[in-house]
Amino acid sequence: MRARAKKKGNQARIKEFPDSVSVREAIRKGNATVRLSCLVMGAGNLRYGQYVKGILFLAAEVVYILFMSLFGAGALAGLTTLGIQTTQEVFNETKQIYEYVQGDNSMLFLLYGVAVIFITIGFFIIWRTNVKSAYAQQKRKEQGKPVLTLREDLKSLLDNRLNVTLLFFPTLCVVMFTILPLVFMICMAFTNYDRNHQPPGQLFDWVGLVNFEKILDTGSGLGYAFWHILGWTFIWAVAATFLNYILGMILAMVINWKETRLKSFWRFIFVLSIAVPQFVSLLIMRTMLQEQGAINVLLQNLGLISDALPFWTDATWARVTIIIVNLWIGIPFTILQVTGILQNIPAELYESAKIDGAGPVTIFFKITLPYMLFVTAPYLITQFIGNINNFNVIYLLTEGGPAAMDYYNGTGGKTDLLVTWLYKLTIDFKDYNYGAVIGILTFVICAVLALATYRRTGSYKNEEGFQ
Amino acid sequence: MKSMKTKKRILITIAHLFLAVLAVIWVFPIFWVIMTSFRAGKGSYSTEFIPDELTLGNYVKLFTDTGVFDFPRMFMNTFIIAAATCILATFFLISIAYTMSRMRFKMRKPYLNIALILGMFPGFMSMIAVYYILKGMGLTDGGLKLIALILVYSGGANLLSFYVAKGFFDTIPKGIDEAAYIDGATKWDVFTRITLPLSKPILVYTLLTSFIAPWTDFIFAKVIVGSDAKYYTVSVGLFQMLAKENIYQWYTCFAAGAVCVSIPIAILFIYVQRFYADGLSGAVKG
Repeated sequence: MRARAKKKGNQARIKEFPDSVSVREAIRKGNATVRLSCLVMGAGNLRYGQYVKGILFLAAEVVYILFMSLFGAGALAGLTTLGIQTTQEVFNETKQIYEYVQGDNSMLFLLYGVAVIFITIGFFIIWRTNVKSAYAQQKRKEQGKPVLTLREDLKSLLDNRLNVTLLFFPTLCVVMFTILPLVFMICMAFTNYDRNHQPPGQLFDWVGLVNFEKILDTGSGLGYAFWHILGWTFIWAVAATFLNYILGMILAMVINWKETRLKSFWRFIFVLSIAVPQFVSLLIMRTMLQEQGAINVLLQNLGLISDALPFWTDATWARVTIIIVNLWIGIPFTILQVTGILQNIPAELYESAKIDGAGPVTIFFKITLPYMLFVTAPYLITQFIGNINNFNVIYLLTEGGPAAMDYYNGTGGKTDLLVTWLYKLTIDFKDYNYGAVIGILTFVICAVLALATYRRTGSYKNEEGFQ
Repeated sequence: MKSMKTKKRILITIAHLFLAVLAVIWVFPIFWVIMTSFRAGKGSYSTEFIPDELTLGNYVKLFTDTGVFDFPRMFMNTFIIAAATCILATFFLISIAYTMSRMRFKMRKPYLNIALILGMFPGFMSMIAVYYILKGMGLTDGGLKLIALILVYSGGANLLSFYVAKGFFDTIPKGIDEAAYIDGATKWDVFTRITLPLSKPILVYTLLTSFIAPWTDFIFAKVIVGSDAKYYTVSVGLFQMLAKENIYQWYTCFAAGAVCVSIPIAILFIYVQRFYADGLSGAVKG
């Protein structure tokens, strides 16, 4: 059923884009030259007179084959073993001394293996383009159209295929600096790369799902910490996202209200807190809220309290304080984000509502809010995910503290989010495998939540709604 | 009629009071940093808000005492990184956002979904891997570290936040594009001559956010720069000032540094205020 639905989707997509050809179609309907280009890349282009393109395809193939035979094949083999040779002392006959022989570095084996897989995928995409291009030339010839010159080809990159041009470099960067490292880290979740298996010197190996079992098992020390930290992460993300959004929107509307004077002054005041780099303001807040910090001193001088308030030393206090401090950080961003869109609401909508006799409350709920949610739904979701992953606020304010010795031997603290715990596990304790598992689980949580809500929002289902 | 008027006046007063109270809360920490930066006494603890003795000594020390912390150099490093990053990142982000908003092609929906999914992985998860990749490219030695940081800041996970810009482009009526196509414009013409001029607010927003990122991030900078003080960015340097062994000597200088760092960003914000003011009523005024 599912496969059929998917196939239908594909067909619909192809129908939607009549000019595009699929590789399968190209191979089935293509002539001998097209099929030859499956083996000798660029053959089709060369035959139909697109020499530069043809040579480029051919060069890509040669380079790839050379690369694979010199380096790639070995790296792929290394990926399966992750190294077999540990560092050891070997007796050197000629020098008559014991020498350390460098063993295999499992980490590098893993990285190179993953990189080679990526290069292979990249090559596969070039290969597909080559087959499709050869078939496209054949089709043009059959239809009696002249073959595109190099110049026309390049020109189409600024017109019909502008999407390719605009997306090429950004995508390349995303692949290199986001996807590749991510795959690398995901692989680590299935190894025993922890503090007892540190390359170079020691090897680590594939262990399957053992790490996941340990973390999800509520009975183990790791599992106990995981479920408690997860709970707090949720409370934090919900509070931080929605308080910031709602309060920020109210504030923006008060500022935008036509009776409010000095609009740009108010806006300036609130935006000012963005001007201060977050880590500065957070570190300042942290010192201000310490036991001997400015706030406690002020309250004591005023005689409101006798003992210092335990802003960071008591778990509950610390949690509430973090959420409140985050309002200071987050609300200006909401104002910035929302102000523009609030003013973007077509004036006709308001005017016609007024003519129909709607009051300000009705206008807010019937026009402003739906419009805002429509436009900012993706923003809200990103905010929520961003808060689950909000490293800065937590780490700079409390470093996860107050400490909790029952959280896996004190690796985690009472205000730790999953991400800050992940950071501590990898950077401070070198438990890369557990860090990676936590990363994956965080992702799963975010993904399930976001995809479920995101697909429901109007801006996904009906992108053209307000256009 | 009269009671309506007084009611309205009360409402206006409440709104302004509300704003005033919040404004004080918002400005207070900033005020406190500035005061600390002029404080003569050392250390991080102080019992008074307005110090007894004001001095410029902290600033002088910050810019002249370059033995332990070379602040002018950190500032230049960060500035170079931020300038390059904001141009590169804006170019990347706007390209993606525009393509996703305006063009229809086969890989579009999958691309959107993949971007969404990738954005859900914690950014710090892959930090170590990014470091090793940069090392493999030979970008972690000497001055190349700055290039490595530029690449990470402009080509990293931030690119996946193109949804904001896409949302903006979505609000520009398509009729304008179509009119241009009828006049024989290519897609590139429409993008550069019609959409971009209409998109100043989102351009400024993107430029700003990507300019600020290098000033605020210190975790990535710390991992990539390491202990090489020559290539410290401002954030790594200031963070180091608060390390246990430095905090007593350097806390007030830290405040002075914080003020200096905030100034370029604050100037930018004042400059772009008008974009966020009434001028930002979308691309095309109804």
